[in-house]
Amino acid sequence: MSDTFTLALGNARVGFRGRIDALDMTRAPDAGLPAPELERRLLELGFVEGATVELLHQGLFGGDPIAVRVAATTIALRRREAMAIMVSPS
Amino acid sequence: MNATVDLAPIVALVGNPNCGKTALFNTLTGSRQKVANYPGVTVEKKLGRLTTPGGRAIQLLDLPGTYSLRARSPDEEITRDAVLGKLANETPPDLIVCVGDSSNLRLALRLVLELKHVGRPVMLALNMMDIAKKRGIEIDMAKLSAELGVPVVSSVAVRRGGTESLLAELDRRLSDLPKATAADWQAPDAGALRGAQREADRVLRATVRMPAAPDVTTSRADKILLHPVAGIIILLAILFVMFQAVFAWAKPVMDIIQASFDWLGATVATAPLPELLRSFLKDGVIAGVGSVIVFLPQIVILFFFILLLEDLGYMARAAFLMDKIMGGAGLHGRAFIPLLSSFACAIPGIMATRVIDDRRDRLTTILVAPLMTCSARIPVYTLIISAFIPDREVWGFVGLQGLVMFGLYAAGILGALSVSFVMKRLFWRSTVGEPFMLELPDYKIPQAKSLAMGIFARAMAFLKRAGTTILSMMILIWVLASFPEAPDGATGPAIGYSFAAMLGHLLEPVMAPLGFNWQINVALIPGLAAREVAVGALGTIYSINGGDEAAQQIGQALAHQWSLATALALLAWYIFAPQCASTLAVIRRETGGWKWMWITFGYMLTLAYIAALIVYQVAAALGAG
Repeated sequence: MSDTFTLALGNARVGFRGRIDALDMTRAPDAGLPAPELERRLLELGFVEGATVELLHQGLFGGDPIAVRVAATTIALRRREAMAIMVSPS
Repeated sequence: MNATVDLAPIVALVGNPNCGKTALFNTLTGSRQKVANYPGVTVEKKLGRLTTPGGRAIQLLDLPGTYSLRARSPDEEITRDAVLGKLANETPPDLIVCVGDSSNLRLALRLVLELKHVGRPVMLALNMMDIAKKRGIEIDMAKLSAELGVPVVSSVAVRRGGTESLLAELDRRLSDLPKATAADWQAPDAGALRGAQREADRVLRATVRMPAAPDVTTSRADKILLHPVAGIIILLAILFVMFQAVFAWAKPVMDIIQASFDWLGATVATAPLPELLRSFLKDGVIAGVGSVIVFLPQIVILFFFILLLEDLGYMARAAFLMDKIMGGAGLHGRAFIPLLSSFACAIPGIMATRVIDDRRDRLTTILVAPLMTCSARIPVYTLIISAFIPDREVWGFVGLQGLVMFGLYAAGILGALSVSFVMKRLFWRSTVGEPFMLELPDYKIPQAKSLAMGIFARAMAFLKRAGTTILSMMILIWVLASFPEAPDGATGPAIGYSFAAMLGHLLEPVMAPLGFNWQINVALIPGLAAREVAVGALGTIYSINGGDEAAQQIGQALAHQWSLATALALLAWYIFAPQCASTLAVIRRETGGWKWMWITFGYMLTLAYIAALIVYQVAAALGAG
């Protein structure tokens, strides 16, 4: 595992490009949903291991929410939930 | 074949949000669709009819957009239950057409894989194929069909002939429909979703070739429109233009409508008719309905903007920009669209809250939606402002009347934010809200036809209301204001002897601290049916009262009869008062019980009374009484 480069998408900056390594619900303890439900929602929106991601935009206050390009789809979500998405830069 | 309406096979359109499903539905069914009175863009279940080139009648069902049958919101529940045939009194669809955006098929393919488990025949329509081709996306349809195990056709909803292959395939499929098999669908867990998405990704790689250079239109536009600072400024500018348009553009048309009704009233006034009938037609029907229909242009313009922004793909961006700001007041980012719709009318706004997954977030939005200044308040505000607020400029460039109007809107918004804040903190004590997760679709050029159909549906819904609820209320008021007739030799105006006066006097002790006279009390009662009715009611009361006061001069009549403090108190009352029976009925329906309806009614009435009381007492103390 190239653990050294892995970070949570919730901590990434605008312009970050990379690939999803893993979904780890334990990294998003503040999420507004129970872990199994959060995982399913993320999967349904296309956040699957191996998918490419790019952090496109962020909001004015606290850099939240963020707009993330996943493969060919753009998804808006909050950093709190994006903490569960472990990514490594490409 | 003598297939009756009910026997025509049902074809259900299912797809991700923003896949162009509704445009496809509109193209296929044209005007032959049944829509509810207040269809949200993707919220209502819509049924339409079409005949295929092979002469086959089909009932087409447009279902709310979803990513999975694993429903998380009331909106998605409808889709799941319809697809699975679980809806009461509804036959399950004979064929499911999964609609996918050709340039964004990844999530659609996973949905197809899931739909294959519901036991009904499934096919995939690759929608917006024209856009995909223009971008250089190549799709091997034969291979895609083989990989997925379902027929695949292309469709272009917006071009003539663009649905030919879809219609031909519908004909072919329905003539030899495979037997429905037992459904083995169950809500997928994370493992199943992961597996299905990987399979979808594999199919996508094998069948779709993306161009080397991705489309940049959307990302370029978003650099500006989603910019943390510029984005918010642009959003505010759009809202400003929107409200400016609602007032400025609508004016000429409104003047024409007003003039027509005035002419009609004047014609009736001189017609050789019995006195009572003439009064009924002129003061009851024409003045009443006219005072409401005059707002049709504003409603059309407001919905034009809302639907245009929705079709452009901007609404999701607005929610993105507003999420944090609204979150501070305890509202969900997704509440932005319902609350914006509520500026037109709270009913479509409340119905649009179905897209909010979390029940508490949804309830908060429903509760505060009626505080947004809906178009029905405009007639009341306009009337009172033009009668009492001098038409002059302050600070050299701002019209005072416009400023007061802005203040009323602002008061409604601040009221809504405060109420939601209090609800969130005091009642639910929750700090962590439902996550905000929303697809930001690529920008699309809106289709004039689809836009026109959407506006038309809403305009008709409004006219229907004006023609039924409001007309019957106007007649009721006229009766209340006309009977019993004044006794012979009576000295005062005839209305002083009517039922209306009795009701108004009955309420006087309660309303006197607000500066409301009995005429206002009378107008507020039918105003419960719909806010704008109060204007017509005041017209009826005062024109009957004054004898020769024409209905269009209500404003002047009011200026003579009311003090400024009373007028301001009435404005304050109208910001908060739950003066709309239809809204309350929708709240009852959408929350599934009386409880939240009465809570809404109660809190709004309390706020209205307190606000009007304070405004009147303060204004009177300052000498405006």
